[in-house]
Order: sequence, then C-alpha cells, then structure tokens
Amino acid sequence: MTSPEPLLQVRDLRVQVGERTVLHSVSLDVNAGSLVVLMGANGSGKSTLGLALAGHPAYQVLGGQALLAGQDLLALPAHERARAGLFLSFQSPPDVPGVKNNLFIRTALNAQRESRGQPPLDAFDFLTSAKQAAKALGLPEAMLGRPVNEGFSGGERKRNELLQLALLQPRLALLDEIDSGMDVDGVRAVVEQVRRQRAQGTAFIVVSHYLQMIEQLEPDAVLRLDQGCIAETGDLGLARHIAETGFASRTAPAGA
Amino acid sequence: MASPEPISTAQALADKPQEAPLEQALQRPYQHGFVTDIESDSLPPGLDEDTIRAISRKKKEPQFLLDWRLAAFRRWQTMALPDWARLKIAPIDFQALSYYSAPKSMKDKPKSLDEVDPKLLETYEKLGVPLHERAALAGVAVDAVFDSVSVGTTFRKQLADVGVIFCSFSHAVQNHPELVEKYLGTVVPQGDNFYAALNSAVFSDGSFVYIPKGVKCPMELSSYFRINAQNTGQFERTLIIAEEGSSVSYLEGCTAPQRDENQLHAAVVELIAHDDAFIKYSTVQNWYPGDEHGVGGIYNFVTKRGLAAGKRSRIAWTQIETGSAITWKYPSCVLRGEGSSGEFFSIAVSNHRQQADTGTKMIHLGKNTTSRIVSKGISAGHAHNAYRGLVRINPGAEGARNHTQCDSLLIGPHCGAHTFPYVDSGRADAVVEHEATTTRISAERLFYCEQRGIDAQEATALIVGGFCQAVLEELPMEFALEAKALLAVSLEGAVG
Repeated sequence: MTSPEPLLQVRDLRVQVGERTVLHSVSLDVNAGSLVVLMGANGSGKSTLGLALAGHPAYQVLGGQALLAGQDLLALPAHERARAGLFLSFQSPPDVPGVKNNLFIRTALNAQRESRGQPPLDAFDFLTSAKQAAKALGLPEAMLGRPVNEGFSGGERKRNELLQLALLQPRLALLDEIDSGMDVDGVRAVVEQVRRQRAQGTAFIVVSHYLQMIEQLEPDAVLRLDQGCIAETGDLGLARHIAETGFASRTAPAGA
Repeated sequence: MASPEPISTAQALADKPQEAPLEQALQRPYQHGFVTDIESDSLPPGLDEDTIRAISRKKKEPQFLLDWRLAAFRRWQTMALPDWARLKIAPIDFQALSYYSAPKSMKDKPKSLDEVDPKLLETYEKLGVPLHERAALAGVAVDAVFDSVSVGTTFRKQLADVGVIFCSFSHAVQNHPELVEKYLGTVVPQGDNFYAALNSAVFSDGSFVYIPKGVKCPMELSSYFRINAQNTGQFERTLIIAEEGSSVSYLEGCTAPQRDENQLHAAVVELIAHDDAFIKYSTVQNWYPGDEHGVGGIYNFVTKRGLAAGKRSRIAWTQIETGSAITWKYPSCVLRGEGSSGEFFSIAVSNHRQQADTGTKMIHLGKNTTSRIVSKGISAGHAHNAYRGLVRINPGAEGARNHTQCDSLLIGPHCGAHTFPYVDSGRADAVVEHEATTTRISAERLFYCEQRGIDAQEATALIVGGFCQAVLEELPMEFALEAKALLAVSLEGAVG
C-alpha cells in the first residue's frame, strides 16, 4: 500500500441483517489498481461486506465509515454508490425477465454517464462496444439480445457479470465468488479481465476459495474474515495455507 | 334513474369556472389535463326520445338511422346496469348528462386545416398529435375526433386513390349510407348490453373505415379521441370493414383534459373481416384516471368486437390501458369463418385507486379456428386489476384451438390482481390451454438494477417494460415507444 490516499477506506464497519449482527468491526484500505482477496468460512461475513457497501436495503449499517475516493458511500442510495464507481458482481445474479441484456447494460451505463456529465451512448455505439467486450470475454453475441440472465446457466450468469464489469468500468469492483459455476475458460476470462482493468486503475475485492485463480490474480493482500472481523492479513502464503488446512483449525483458537 | 350521489350534475358544472387558462392548467399533475375554451353547441342534460331525434336532426341523418337509434333507446330503457364486473361504481345519473356537443366553430365545416379553429390546432400541438407535418413524417393518417365532430382528415386523397374510405362516422352516414346500413349493428347488436344499447341510441360520431377487396391499406390509420366539453359523455361509434383479401392496421389513442366530475365514456367498435382479410386494431388508452384518492377520472365502458366472417380471416386486438378511473372493456372476436383466427394482446395498468376489469372473449364457431390471448395486468397503489376472459368452443368448431397466457405483476402491498378465465367447450377434441402467473417486483431484481446505477423509478419502468415485452412487440413501432413512455409515467411514484 504505497499510494498516498487509498481509493476505498473502510473503518470499523458494523452491519446487521435482520436481528443478527454479521459484521462486528471491519476496517480495510484498498488502493486504486490493487487487489484484495477475501477468504473466510461460510457465514463469516464476506458477502455481507459487499452487499453492505453496495447498499442492499436488508443490510443495516450500525456504525463505521466507508469512503470511496473520499466520498461517503454510506450516505448514498444504492444507485448513487454505483454511479460513484462501485460495482458488485453478485454471487447469485437475479434475472430480469423480458429486458434485453444490451438494453439493461446500456440503461445502466447511460445512467452512470449522465451522473458524470457525459453524453449518453446511443444504441448503435453501445452495441459496437458491447460486441467487442463480449468477444474479448468469449461470450456469444446472441447473449446481448437475450433477456438479462433469463434461462442462463450459473456459469453464463457469471460471465454476464463479467461483461457488465467490462462495460461499466467501475473504480472499485467487488467480485463475490465469480468463479463458482464457471468452467476453466470462464475462470481464465475472469483473470484476464481483472488484469486489464487493474492496469487501468480499477481496484478489486475478490471473494474466492479457488487457489489457482487467486494465484493468477496476483493479489496485493489476502484477508481472512472470521465472525465478522478481519482475523488475519497476509499474502498469497495465507491463501495457500488456508487452501491446505481449511478454516476450522484456524477459527478454534481465535474463539477460545 | 335517480341516485343519491350523482357523479355529475348540471349544477356542479354551473358552479365551476368554465375555462382554465392553458398555462395554468398545463402545470397540473396530469400531463394531458387542460381544457380548450371553444364554445360548445351542446344539448341540455337529459335523455328521452326527443333528445335522440334532436341528435339525428342535427346530424341530418337518414330515416333508417333515426329508426335504428330509437329502437336501441327503447331496448335500453328495459335494461339494467350490469353489475357482474369486479368494480365499485358510484351511481350514474344518466339524465344529468348532455348527449350532444359540437365545437361551434365547426358549423361551417372546414375544408382544410387552414380553416380549422387555431385553438383546436393548438390543443393538438400541446398533446403532440401529429396532425400535419408530424403525421406526414410518420406516415400516419389522422382522423381527429374532437368531442363529437371530426374536424380534420388528412391523407384522405391518398387513401381514396386506392379506394380506402377513412372518414368520420357522420361523413360515412352522409356519403356511404348503404355501407353503414348494411353493417351497423351486425357485430354488436343494439341490445347487446346496457352500454352498447345506450351508445346505439345516442352515438355522436367516430370513425369509419372501408378497405376494398385485395387492398393492403398503404398506411397505419390513426384516430385520436379527446373528451373536451365538460359534463358530456362521449359515445363514439367505430365501424371497420375489410373486404376479401384486404388488410388494415388501425391505431386509436386517447388523452383527456383533467376535471373533477367523473366522465362517462361508452364507445362501440365493430370490425368485420371477410375472406383472407386482416384487421389489426391497437389502442393506447390514457384517460384521466382520477387523483390518488380516486376523485375524478373517466368511467370507460366499451364494447369492442370483431367478426372474423370470412375464411382464413384474422382479427388482432392490441391494447394498452393505463387511464380511466374505471375500465370495463372486453375486445372480443367471433371466429365464424373456417380457419379464421383471433388475437388479443393486452397491457392493463392500474395505479392509485383505479379499477380495471378487462379481458376478451374468443367465440369459436367455424372449423379450425384459432385464438391466442396474452394478457399482462399491472397493479400498484390501492388499485385492482381483473382479467376476465371467455373462450367458447361451439359444437361445430372442429379442430378449434386456443392458447391463453395471463400474467399479473403486483407493485406494493395494497393492490390486487384477479383472474377469471372462463372456458366453455362444446367439443371434446378442442385444445384449450391456459397459463397464468402472478409476480411481484422483487427486492432482489430492484436492487440488482440499482447496483448498476439505475434508480428505483427507472428500474421499475425497465422491469415493467420487460414484463410487457411480449405485448409491446405487437404494437406498431411509433406506438410501442409511446406506450413504453406511458407505462413509465403511469407508475411514477409506485416504487421507492
């Protein structure tokens, strides 16, 4: 972490879902262009962090702070957090029946462009860049004309998240188990896309347990979340160790 | 028909300011809510045989039509208001309504747009009605009905070149009485139902279309209806005849000025398709729905029916219903010709306190007749939306098939959707399929859109547009865009 001001600064974030406090105190910094891998046992709060930062209405922030490029994320409604440059790749992306993929993504992109004072892209210009992006990701063009995620396989939905990541060009992307359900080619596409966007300054928080992909992503840091707190901070070595020995052996002493 | 709380009275009208300045009126919430201050030549409120004679005399009608109206009136007097729909309707005092209203400046019958009252044209401008340049650009012929008298017809000559007759109903009565006499009431008889009988007795004007044998109508025909004179029920009558091998696409779109009284609207539309003819009838209905408490708003009781008379003839209804306080409307097809087919594509939106009871009837009489129904109902606020459909297979309809898809979308916890699909099959071998779904705009879908930067309002419009896609695809292009915009406007504030 060398640059002066981190792109994302999270301080003592506490989050409740229903009656249950899921994040007790989470603090982390992520610099522009850097990549943090988040690991942790089921229920440790990995998805909660992403959903809370993105502003899901069911995730109630009890305290703490989250700044994206100095902007107070927690004070913004969900769509404005997205416009500020936050992208969340969903663990289980929902479908939007009847709404064509290219219309959906163009509507999102133009909403974001408008908030930045940029002119909207017309359907033709958008389609041109969407086709290029789809090709680069190994997606069939026909996927652009199909309704969003309707009848998509799990892997196709994840590739579609990747396509949106590529077209929306966020400043910070949270990828929640983007590799799950994907085939080998899909995982390769993730690695390549992340590499491209990182080079342009996009910061990443990646939730994954797939060591091979984590290694290829060349993370700046690996964090282990446990019971709503960051229990360990390390590098690839931590990821390798977790992959080898699992979570159970680590959590026991922490709780004792 | 006396009632304790009439929905509109002459007294209420007298107490109200007659004219609202256009600018001021334009700032009202309802987008199309304003009143043009053209003097109306109206009959006093009330309805008896003299009223009907007066209407007929004013319109210089032939004897057969006066007799027909009077027969309808006598039938109507014996009929009771229908009460089977899932609607709550305040009592209507039919004696408190005025049954004829013509813009005064129309007495001299303008020959071209230059002769039309500029105020009238201004109204169309504000509404965005493409009467002249825009009509030409869009390739749409417009028969503009303003209150009860048609004031301008464009493209009449182009249509006349191929033998198409597209004119006001009154014009047809004067110039093509033989066609009117032959077809009027053949699809919707005078005594068909309470409102159809009332319409038959007092109808003022409407549109008339005749497509000769073998002619494909060279343009979409469009008619814009407006309710303008206060306290005047509108009783349009539309008749479309497609001869053998011909085809026509007719568009009807409506907006109305805002006012406080409920307004009664009871139209009748009759379509007749001969052998191998195709009639497509599309409607965008956006009348004033009343405010969020349900005050004001149009009462819309419409009878629309098409007769697929000829072999392989085809009738398709497409409707986008977003307006009116009450909608009671069942565009139907009578499939008499062998191999004929009927289609019904519908989007009905009800918000706030709106009530919609709408659907279709497909009556299979001929062999190998087919019908398809796609209904999308959307409810928000405290509104209730009912789909009511009947598929009847008569014993002679060998090889008849129907497919019905009926979907409801609920927005918020206080609205309701109700589905009443009646099937009456007189044949064991008939294929009648029905699918129905009811869904809510889920929080997950909404959040997914918002996470991509789309705000709740636009996300709702997007999700609703997707829900309606199968019907929107059936609309002519320019109508589809208008309809999408209308859906978004109708549901503003429903979410978020």
